Amino acid sequence: MTTRTLTFREAINEAIRLEMRRDPTVILMGEDVAGGATIPHIEGKGEEAWGGVLGVTKGLAKEFGRQRVLDTPISESAYVGAAVAAAATGLRPIAELMFVDFFGVCMDQIFNQGAKLRYMFGGKAQVPLVVRTMIGAGFRAAGQHSGCHYSVFTHMPGMKTVVASTPYDAKGLLISAIRDPDPVIFFEHKLLYDTTGEVPEEDYAIPLGVADVKRQGKNVTIVTIGRMVHFALEAAEKLAQDGIDAEVIDLRTLSPLDDKAVLDSVKKTHRLVVVDEDNPRCSMATDIVALVSERAFDYLDSSPRMVTAPHTPVPFSPPLEDYYVPSVDKIVSTVKSIVA
Amino acid sequence: MAEISKEKLLWIYERMRLIRTFEDRVADLFTEGKLPGFVHLYAGEEAIAVGVCAHLTDRDFITSTHRGHGHCIAKGVDVKEMMAELHGKATGSCKGKGGSMHIADVNKGMMGANGIVGGGGPLACGSGLTAKVLGTDQVTACFYGDGAAEQGTMHEAMNLASIWKLPVLFVCENNLYAESTPYTYHGASKSFAERATAYDMPGVLVDGTDVFAVYEVAGEAVARARRGEGPSLIENRAFRYYGHFQGDGMAYRTEDEVAGYRARDPIESFKRQVLARGLVSQAELAEIDTQAARVIEEAIRFSDESPYPALEECLTDVYVSYP
Repeated sequence: MTTRTLTFREAINEAIRLEMRRDPTVILMGEDVAGGATIPHIEGKGEEAWGGVLGVTKGLAKEFGRQRVLDTPISESAYVGAAVAAAATGLRPIAELMFVDFFGVCMDQIFNQGAKLRYMFGGKAQVPLVVRTMIGAGFRAAGQHSGCHYSVFTHMPGMKTVVASTPYDAKGLLISAIRDPDPVIFFEHKLLYDTTGEVPEEDYAIPLGVADVKRQGKNVTIVTIGRMVHFALEAAEKLAQDGIDAEVIDLRTLSPLDDKAVLDSVKKTHRLVVVDEDNPRCSMATDIVALVSERAFDYLDSSPRMVTAPHTPVPFSPPLEDYYVPSVDKIVSTVKSIVA
Repeated sequence: MAEISKEKLLWIYERMRLIRTFEDRVADLFTEGKLPGFVHLYAGEEAIAVGVCAHLTDRDFITSTHRGHGHCIAKGVDVKEMMAELHGKATGSCKGKGGSMHIADVNKGMMGANGIVGGGGPLACGSGLTAKVLGTDQVTACFYGDGAAEQGTMHEAMNLASIWKLPVLFVCENNLYAESTPYTYHGASKSFAERATAYDMPGVLVDGTDVFAVYEVAGEAVARARRGEGPSLIENRAFRYYGHFQGDGMAYRTEDEVAGYRARDPIESFKRQVLARGLVSQAELAEIDTQAARVIEEAIRFSDESPYPALEECLTDVYVSYP
């Protein structure tokens, strides 16, 4: 396999590009995914104005044409709902919901239509839909452009949820999501777009429902998601200097959840810390703690701990936003509090 | 109506009669306490579903509403499976998991009744988009009520369908009341048809009790959609004979109003017209009436004799695959 260094952004772009080449029923739709629709000096010359608000989908309209890369009006209900039914009738749409916080304006189409349709129809329909959406604080974008909210979608029967942390995982997981017969929400942390990593040129699929042990360790299990994987790994290096050997598990998919990976690790380390950038109530963090409490209680040498965002919206002021995001120091001190 | 073949005329009558008989019997079953949940009945609005679906094949799509039984029957969904679905039986169209409000048969292009008012508009854009991207001539009819006309989803969907020139018919079924609230109160425009102007598509107001009028206007809209010229809006004014849901006391309607509706019954009006012109015989219509009654009684028997789903069925059909 030939690999080269790609950014997280390029890895996502490549996953979409390869799948669109492989399968003519894959289409991409969203606000400004190409940009400049119908403008003579843009579309008229085969160009794109934006290629996505942060450039993730650049070049796709050029290669595949605007019949398959569709700029939408700012009508999330209409185009996300259209993607649901297009999926149910023969296409494999990738709909981009620019920021996850915008789910409020199209939740019915995601929740009551997309996620429930197969069940309500007695299994007589499939909805091979991907909704790509940006998450995460740290962009100074405040309350309505900075949330994570993946726990909201993980709660929904019928929906699969994926959060990648590296360029390699992003490409392989997105390819799986596009090929998956069920609706998948694919969460992209905007502060990871410029991070880099080795990515194979070929297409490859990372199966949904398989967590990844990003660091082996024997004293404590840190279960984490998305950008927090990098924070946890940094914390693990600091802890190693104090003789604490932390295992870092990147969940990668939240639904389906690789509960075995979590339980196996806790049975080995006997301690659990969950690090999650999402709000804490009814969250992935509480879900993982519940899982371990119910099924590995006797293996625990201390109570499970959570390092999460507070139960607040994301604030604007830089010092407040930095306080909001779980920090490496908080992870280190939390681990130390339970590892004797 | 001269250009409608006799075969088609008989199909139109048979479908309208089947819907009426189905709904009347469902009303009885509900009153007798034999149906779980609740039902929204389509009796009185038959001419709309049938007049539109007369132009569609199994390959075309429809999206529907909470009042979806008539749309199903007009689109050719099996009435035995429908009746079983309404009873929550394993043999139902959706294996008993959808019920009246989510009854569907995608193999017949029926993309589901919908418990969310205005939920179908975006979905209609989706099946329309599939046809456009794959280059087929399939069209989608999006049935929606006067209540749904006030949902943002319908406005978004009409705008999207128009800018993308999607092969969609927006079929507004204005039965005068959104639940108990009259459209003259809940709608700011004088008609829903005129809203088409805002989305640069043809908009026509039709007598939704006259199946010939609906058939003619829908025919033009379907042809336009198949030619790739984009969506149309048809507002059909009609009446629902039963309440918003079965059991609704309908305090909002007067006796005079109801008598006025009944005098314009779509099935009786069809009969009068075809008999006056000698297009079909009284005997042919009577035979269809008898057949419809028998088919519906068979459907009830089929449902009664069908088992409930096994309890494990609760856990299946959420995903195609879930490790």
